[in-house]
Amino acid sequence: MTVNIKEFPGTPLSEKDFQKGRILFTEWVPKAHYAWDAGVAIGRYLAELKAGHLIGRQCWGCRRVMIPPRMFCEHCFRPTDEWVYFQDTGTVRTFSLCYVTWDMRELTEPQIPAVIEIDGASKGMGILHLLGEVDPKAVHIGMRVKAVWKPAEEREGAITDIRHFKPL
Amino acid sequence: MSKRRVAIVGAGMTKFVRRAQETGKELAFQASKMALDSCELTLDDIGAVCLGTAPDAFDGVHMKAEYLSDGAGALGKPYMRSYVGGGTGVFAVIQGWYHVASGLFDTCLVVCEEKMSSCQPHPQGAFLTIFDHTTERALGPNLLWIFALEMNAYMTRYGLDKRDIALVSVKNKRNAADHPCALLGDPNITVEDVLNSEVLAWPVQRLDVSPISDGAVAIVLAADHVARRVTDKPVWIEGVGWSLDTAYWTNRDLSYPTYVEEAARMAYKMAGITEPRKQIHIAEPYDPFDYKELHHLEGLLLADKGEAPRLTADGVTQRTGDLPVCPSGGLLGVGNPIAAAGLMKVAEIFWQLRGEAGARQVPGNPKRGVAQAWGDLMQVGTVVVLGV
Repeated sequence: MTVNIKEFPGTPLSEKDFQKGRILFTEWVPKAHYAWDAGVAIGRYLAELKAGHLIGRQCWGCRRVMIPPRMFCEHCFRPTDEWVYFQDTGTVRTFSLCYVTWDMRELTEPQIPAVIEIDGASKGMGILHLLGEVDPKAVHIGMRVKAVWKPAEEREGAITDIRHFKPL
Repeated sequence: MSKRRVAIVGAGMTKFVRRAQETGKELAFQASKMALDSCELTLDDIGAVCLGTAPDAFDGVHMKAEYLSDGAGALGKPYMRSYVGGGTGVFAVIQGWYHVASGLFDTCLVVCEEKMSSCQPHPQGAFLTIFDHTTERALGPNLLWIFALEMNAYMTRYGLDKRDIALVSVKNKRNAADHPCALLGDPNITVEDVLNSEVLAWPVQRLDVSPISDGAVAIVLAADHVARRVTDKPVWIEGVGWSLDTAYWTNRDLSYPTYVEEAARMAYKMAGITEPRKQIHIAEPYDPFDYKELHHLEGLLLADKGEAPRLTADGVTQRTGDLPVCPSGGLLGVGNPIAAAGLMKVAEIFWQLRGEAGARQVPGNPKRGVAQAWGDLMQVGTVVVLGV
């Protein structure tokens, strides 16, 4: 801050003040529910997940084979052209060992999110998913992995139809 | 392109705190009033107001621009809100700049406010909605994931050690010890403290991250003829740039911020900067995580790819180094009320170039600085070049 100003506003409050009820505040919990349309590309992506397939979409302009699939190419700005079926294998491009929940509570066993480049898609085309059936210490960038699917009768057309990816 | 020169002539800032007793409106008012007072202007002198604030969901107020408008001094005035996530604090200045550069207004008050602490139990709960609702949210994501994934990609690409990156956190938290508005200044912190802090989402540890905070910052912009009337030390906006990468974030190279390079090139071109490493004297890159300062220094073309950690280790980025980086203490040290934190960086360059930064003043009469912010789904770069 500038040396020309000596006093700054902004009054900090401590967590304890809140817990002990020393602070006046009001509370509200939102009641909002959403029903999203999956859209044309992701709709079919989900339907194919239910059938045990990973699919993408190719643009014949830039030749990219893209996952997640999309109905238009953001580079060429034209409709994409063709559905492409992939193997359910890929390569870990980056990962984390996460020891906290979204609201910062501790986890003893880490969740292992990763960006997985799917075989058959263009270079750099990854999806977010979790790794499992692996020693956290053994996970590394470049590791080859394979999808572990839920049994067909449990699949519901969601990304979670793949439980996780495990080392190949 | 025909455009007018635009200067920053005043700035104000509240303390950045963990929980503010003040409402968002009250914080916005205090920063705005300080900014006007600092250049001896009143609201009557202001032609338009630009507000920057991050997701409405943080404090559960939809149409937050309208809600905050009175605190931002916007009653009855042309008023506009910008929002590009964490990039907002620098983008709001860009928006104010084109209000004045265009000739439409002679003056513009730019206000950025953030109150993250209202959201319970943690603002991440609201922030998680940046993930795709169908293909990603079903996996139960944690916001830290995407930063950890990016940090790991950067470290692996260049063979970096956690120690290389922890040096940034140490530098910034120590710098912030000299900032009267700082939440997290610590003159004695060491690399070991960072390396021993709790692992949140490896490689991200507690002291690699800036925590949630509340605060507001405001600046006053003026066209050339007004600026020269109200101050003998105008700080000119010499260049602005912004760029957006794809929201298919898992389809990107996470080890390099292309969006920052594109924004920097735009701003440097406007400012006539051909050799940024010689012509930029101070940098305030966006540092909500320590690796992001390094990432962004490379994107700003102030370091070769993978070389920013070495500059840090060699002391080049210390306040007394050849290229002081985050002399304010940055988000890691001053705090991270998202939009306000970005504008704090622009305000810091303003104070530094005027020689008013007190204990934080970098030596050698710096003449030109760059401020940068980053946000949305890790995809936007916003850059402002200031000079005297």
